[in-house]
Amino acid sequence: MERLIPQASSYAASVDGLILLITVLVGFWFLVAQGMFFWLIWRFRAKPGVKTQYVTGEEKHLKRWINIPHALVLVCDVVIVIGAIQVWYNIKLRLPDADASVRIIGQQWAWVFQYPGLDGKLDTDDDRYTTDDLYVEKDKTYHFELQSRDVLHDFSVPVFRLKQDAIPGRTITGWFRPTRTGTFDIQCAEICGLGHGVMAGRIHVQDASQYAAWVADARPASDQ
Amino acid sequence: MAQAAAPTHGPEDRAHAPHGPQGLLKYLWSTDHKVIAMQYLFTGMAMALVGGFMAYVFRMQGAFPGRSVPGFGVVTSGQYNALITNHGSIMIFWVAMPILIAAFGNYLIPLMIGADDMVFPRLNRLSYQLFLLSALVILASLVVEGGGFGGAWTAYPPLSTHPAYNLTPLGASLWIGAVALEFVAFLLGGINFITTLMNARAPGMKAYDIPMVCWMIVIASILFMLSVGPLIAGAVMLFLDQAVGTGFYDPARGGDPILWQHLFWFFGHPEVYVVLLPAVGIVLEIIATFARKKLFGYKLMLYTAVATGVLSFFVWAHHQFIAGIDPRMANIFTVTTLLISVPIAELIFVMIATLYGGSITLTTPMLWALSFIAEFMIGGVTGIYLGASGSDIYFHDTYFVLAHFHYTFFPIAIIGGFAAFTYWFPKMFGRMMNDRLGKIHFWGTVIPFNFIFIPLFITGIGGDQRRVFNYASFPGQAHLAPLRVMATVALLVMLAFQIFFFWNVIWGLRKGPKAGKNPWRSNTLEWTTDSPPPHGNWPVDEMPKVYRGPYEYGHPDRDDDYWPQNLPA
Amino acid sequence: MRASRPIATTRSATGIPTGRLAVWWVLASEVVIFGGLLASYLMHRLGHPEWANAAAVTNTWIGAFNTLVLLSSSFTAVLAHQAAEHGDGKKAARFLLFTMIGAATFIGVKSFEWYHEISEGYTITSNGFWSFYYTAAGLHALHVIAGAVIMGFVARDAARGRELQRVELIGIYWHFVDAVWIFLFPLLYIAK
Repeated sequence: MERLIPQASSYAASVDGLILLITVLVGFWFLVAQGMFFWLIWRFRAKPGVKTQYVTGEEKHLKRWINIPHALVLVCDVVIVIGAIQVWYNIKLRLPDADASVRIIGQQWAWVFQYPGLDGKLDTDDDRYTTDDLYVEKDKTYHFELQSRDVLHDFSVPVFRLKQDAIPGRTITGWFRPTRTGTFDIQCAEICGLGHGVMAGRIHVQDASQYAAWVADARPASDQ
Repeated sequence: MAQAAAPTHGPEDRAHAPHGPQGLLKYLWSTDHKVIAMQYLFTGMAMALVGGFMAYVFRMQGAFPGRSVPGFGVVTSGQYNALITNHGSIMIFWVAMPILIAAFGNYLIPLMIGADDMVFPRLNRLSYQLFLLSALVILASLVVEGGGFGGAWTAYPPLSTHPAYNLTPLGASLWIGAVALEFVAFLLGGINFITTLMNARAPGMKAYDIPMVCWMIVIASILFMLSVGPLIAGAVMLFLDQAVGTGFYDPARGGDPILWQHLFWFFGHPEVYVVLLPAVGIVLEIIATFARKKLFGYKLMLYTAVATGVLSFFVWAHHQFIAGIDPRMANIFTVTTLLISVPIAELIFVMIATLYGGSITLTTPMLWALSFIAEFMIGGVTGIYLGASGSDIYFHDTYFVLAHFHYTFFPIAIIGGFAAFTYWFPKMFGRMMNDRLGKIHFWGTVIPFNFIFIPLFITGIGGDQRRVFNYASFPGQAHLAPLRVMATVALLVMLAFQIFFFWNVIWGLRKGPKAGKNPWRSNTLEWTTDSPPPHGNWPVDEMPKVYRGPYEYGHPDRDDDYWPQNLPA
Repeated sequence: MRASRPIATTRSATGIPTGRLAVWWVLASEVVIFGGLLASYLMHRLGHPEWANAAAVTNTWIGAFNTLVLLSSSFTAVLAHQAAEHGDGKKAARFLLFTMIGAATFIGVKSFEWYHEISEGYTITSNGFWSFYYTAAGLHALHVIAGAVIMGFVARDAARGRELQRVELIGIYWHFVDAVWIFLFPLLYIAK
């Protein structure tokens, strides 16, 4: 999967791992069922003189063929549920201590990013704003505050394996920790009107020196 | 129980003498369940052409963004949104439901239970008329000022409620009006199906003698009836927000957009089983006939279907994992969602098990029925990735979701629809279709279908998000463009092969050999009367009585490999 | 020309008359509609304690009077059913008429109530409470009106001695309409 879409956050690998787990468990049953299905079609194709068997499905030895897979599927589901809850808990239910924070505001049809500036606090005079371009530092844990000015949007960074809907009138908190430098897509993943398809952002994950340079390059908020 | 002074048909009637309107008016004003069934069928098929055309246009835009689409022109972002919105709405509400439930339910239930019509024929006619009105309203919504509604078939507020946000106020209100009318039409229709199955059965037909497709359609009707109520309430509130300026879903006015989502998906999830169960029923009838085989575990199938229906009320928020609901709720819904995969898997296992010991002939209807199982399985297993909350964070609103639900809906509506149509065509029209044309149409539909949606699975894994009219703004997605083209080309091929279907229908109607009563040598009651059945289905003194279940194929006490339900022991 | 009735309508494999089965299923679907609306209202109300201020304005006495009217009209519907069971169509029709008068009274009182509230400035868009108030009570009132109209047709037939089984059926529907109000009344008038 990494060949299609790189991993760039601390939890991306765990999401891909869950996807792999599901693929193995479910793939097994899928292949068994499809195999059985096609084999039965071939095995019991109409042959002259051969009458069908009168099978009601109440026969114990045949019912076992249903009941045992049924129980095993249940076991597989439990394993997947445990895996899913672990991944979900890590990304959505906990909030590790933050090294930095950013406020993300979605609107028709742009992303506005608000940085706390040197004092580390949002909504103070030294806050910095960018539009559509988000600058973050690698290996730092970020808390984000996600808001919307108008309709539902969704802050989506595929390389982080992160998505979160933005709801007007609410602030939703989450976290991420970039692990790879580079420039990647930010998408809006909730249809928001005419400009939904052009509501693109770019996230710039920078190493310490690049990021310091960007911070030093700060222009007053009104120029952004 | 005798009805006071109600003129029923006397025993002296040889066949049901003509009454009611004649001529063209007969078709517009008939209360005969078979005529009403045809009305639903042809309306549904016409709407499928509309929905299919929309898919053609937006897939052309998807593959060749910005280029003028032959037969449409250049697609603007507003038009794109309206096309995808109405494609989804039309396919679910005006194609799948009318064809699978209303058309075949209406046609088959009275025939298969040995009745001469539904118990409320005039209510039946009213249901169709409301349905037709709803179809006209949704079509009208596409051409009014401002254009068609473009907020997706899910219509999340505030986008769907504020004209300033959606820019299609008239389209949006007509859209919700059409959906509400369709709901009422199906509520009324459902009453007929349920009460007819419960009460109007032929003497001797006990509960477990009822053909599976009738059970499935009625269970689906009950599911629909119990799940749509909150959404009707929600739709009233949505309309009031749009038209009058209430704030049910407006955070600025103390409302909550998430409320709509809950009301929508509380219905939305059971709805997929509302369309799945009838398709499964159709497939089972066809498999029993062409494998010459009793269904494996009739009662088990029934209980599994009911279990699935009941469980379907407890999974809805898996559509909302990252919507801003309390993240702890997500854990609960992951558990319930993965749990529901168990009865569905069981249903698939039991369907496959029916083939064991059979004698299988691959006629055109049988090919459709078997392909339903193979293709639906892909849809089913890919749902696990979405029901597991942790992986849904990534897959939500990507083309992976889209490919998943097309691998469920396409087998349900299209494969199920063609299966039913080719199987019951002889009964409905009295002639046989051409099996060779049928097979060309089959392969020309099913093979390209896979080449449409497997590429789209891959683009979804690669991160393509949904409802985007042009990926030019997303350099990270550029490498997936060839897959988008492949999907579109496959769609064009599939659409081209539909010509064989229409050719076959015309051929069948004009040149097909006469079908006789029971060309497939099947056990169920519809095959004991003429093809097509007369008004009243059987002569009044020859209404069938039932002596056994519907799937007594290959019975050891019989020479023949089938044993119709109506033959005395 | 009246369409003749199919044989299907006369059968009863369950032993329950088909009309009664149908009405119960209709009610099942209606329960979920109102249930959904009221559940939404409850969720909102719990999240908005300040709605109690708006709720304080509704007139509990008028609400109580309307409750009494609906309950009495349900009672006359029961009497109508009794009469129909004994084959007395004219008597059944008369009691149905009383029920319809109850319905008309209910609507009349509600119209007066709403006129008063709207002229005081409490409209459907005033705030969330009032949105739900008018929507829920309005939806209910539509069901009262529709029920009364259908009841008129049933009464007309009953007076001529025809289709007496429908008196029970419209009565069942009426009890449902009454039951919805029994839920609405505390939610909109008493919870302050």
